[in-house]
Amino acid sequence: MKLEELKDSTREALFGYLLFLGDSNLVLGHRLSEWCGHGPMLEEDIALANLALDCVGQSANFLKLAGEVEGKNRNEDDLAYLRDAVDFRNATIAELPRGDFGYTIMRQFLVSTYLYIVFKNLRESSFDDLKSIAQKSIKEIKYHVRHSSEWVLRLGDGTEESHERIQKSLNELWRYTDELFTHTATDKTLIEQNIISDMSKYHSEWLEIVSQVIKEATLTIPEEKTYLYHNGREGKHTEYLGHMLAEMQILPRSHPGAVW
Amino acid sequence: MSDNEQLPVWEVFMQQKNGGPHQHVGNVHAADAEIALQNARDVYARRGGNGSIWVVPLETIYASGSDDEAPFFDPSDDKAYRHPNFYRVPKAVKNL
Amino acid sequence: MDESTRNAEFDKRIEEGTKIEPKDWMPEKYRNQLIRMMSQHAHSEVVGMLPEGNWITRAPNLRRKMALLAKVQDEAGHGLYIYSAAETLGASREDLVHQLLIGKAKYSSIFNYPTLTWADIGIIGWLVDGAAIVNQTMLAKCSYGPYSRAMLRICAEENFHKKQGYEIVCTLMKGTEEQKKMAQDALNRFWWPTLMMFGPHDSDSPNSATLLKWKVKKKTNDELRQHFVNITVPQARTIGLEIPDPNLKYNEETKNWEFGEINWEEFYAVIKGHGPCNKDRMKARNDAHENGSWVREASVAYAKKKQGKKVEKFLNVG
Repeated sequence: MKLEELKDSTREALFGYLLFLGDSNLVLGHRLSEWCGHGPMLEEDIALANLALDCVGQSANFLKLAGEVEGKNRNEDDLAYLRDAVDFRNATIAELPRGDFGYTIMRQFLVSTYLYIVFKNLRESSFDDLKSIAQKSIKEIKYHVRHSSEWVLRLGDGTEESHERIQKSLNELWRYTDELFTHTATDKTLIEQNIISDMSKYHSEWLEIVSQVIKEATLTIPEEKTYLYHNGREGKHTEYLGHMLAEMQILPRSHPGAVW
Repeated sequence: MSDNEQLPVWEVFMQQKNGGPHQHVGNVHAADAEIALQNARDVYARRGGNGSIWVVPLETIYASGSDDEAPFFDPSDDKAYRHPNFYRVPKAVKNL
Repeated sequence: MDESTRNAEFDKRIEEGTKIEPKDWMPEKYRNQLIRMMSQHAHSEVVGMLPEGNWITRAPNLRRKMALLAKVQDEAGHGLYIYSAAETLGASREDLVHQLLIGKAKYSSIFNYPTLTWADIGIIGWLVDGAAIVNQTMLAKCSYGPYSRAMLRICAEENFHKKQGYEIVCTLMKGTEEQKKMAQDALNRFWWPTLMMFGPHDSDSPNSATLLKWKVKKKTNDELRQHFVNITVPQARTIGLEIPDPNLKYNEETKNWEFGEINWEEFYAVIKGHGPCNKDRMKARNDAHENGSWVREASVAYAKKKQGKKVEKFLNVG
């Protein structure tokens, strides 16, 4: 399916989903980029920057396509820099502050394994443009899974201190993972047209991959998930996002119309 | 681990193109082979490359030095029969 | 072979242009000078990540964000290449870094200046990387093999750094009045500190003669500085920037841009730790090191537990 073949209602729904993909990667990439110059060792500084570059690059692709699908002359920068927090559609797990290295790694692991499944399915999307971004992105995401899962093993099964730290990170992050497998009402039409997959059907596949690593890392998945008010797809974000955007958007916001 | 205790050093050999030779590019520090390999990928293949990467523990490399050079390499200098232009064959013959 | 014969042979090899390799015999002073120089160079790359890293989260569009992140990441990579080359001389990276963290080792004074506006990022890419390229192009021909090879790799990779900086400045100079002012202001603040990057005058540079003799350096500080000024002044004028030096004038005879005297008092003060950001830079490096210690310890502990077993990638997602 090509862009011009989409019905108006589909376009609107797709715009929302592309914002979800674009914003999640942008916000995650931004958090990763905060590590640049502050990593636990030089090699890891470089590795985290690579992850950040992949995320921001993917985000630019999704947001560019989102702008085209919306058809209101907004490009990827307009979408990234000129929307307020409540209009961002990223998963809230991505916007949480970077924490220590273990927290960053655990979040990356949970989100990358999720995105791996998302992209794997999108490779079969009936919408050509989305399919081609997914085909490109899956190579990057596979490495993210490898990198983060190996570090989860080392931190989980390393020293007593590292075990404690990363278990704590897992406990804190776990409640944000359900949100990843929910959909908005408008996603339904996209699922019906095979543009995207119903991710609620893949929760168990994700859990299986994640559990393998968590177990090998001698860590434990928290038994209960506490209630989560937040939902990025509905604009119900944490307070952290506003601060991040204030920093990220300062130049375009304080110099309207300027070219950089 | 004390503040300045050294992590193991791995020398990195990269193949720039599929089918090409592996060439030494530098080193990385890592506690184990898998992380060393990932580090080598992140540090030395930032600008792409289709080939493979080897990481080799530094202590396993045994190298020649300038003191070795004369006895090591000179004796081979005069063994012209190792090189194809040592042999004389009729010019008209092809595909040799 | 006695010491003086060895020295004479070494000097002859240098004279002939032979590259020195790690296992070759070399005078202790050659080794030590190289370790000093290379570690300062590597530290500069790593500390140099901080002033530019300061703007990664505020880059004004996605393209600039990715370019800046890739550039700062390159600095980490380049620091690593040079540490790796220094390690071939028997110095360990951890020891060299330790010297930096306790404030004993030096790094380029330029990185002790703050980045106050986005224009600083453009000016740094253009001027500071421009000055570094002048220096590194020379070092790519130096007599020590591993250093020269690291420099070749770095020069090839740094190609884009200067261009991305100059492009930022060009864009600002074509922009609003505020943007132009921002660019000129950044140049005013960074021009003189950039000239200081080449080090003291030749007459005040104690190690220069030896380094030149051994072909570790191939040009003097003043020669490199003059070359930099000569190539940079026209670049500034083309886009309408004014070099903040009332004494700047072109000498038709020598084809050199003559410039005013550097404030050496400031130079030495910054080197001694009294620059605007010395303490912040050292704190940032020390914090990163301390906050990372539990991670390094964990990776060592994990490797010990797995000893005897081959550590291969665990998860296979196809």
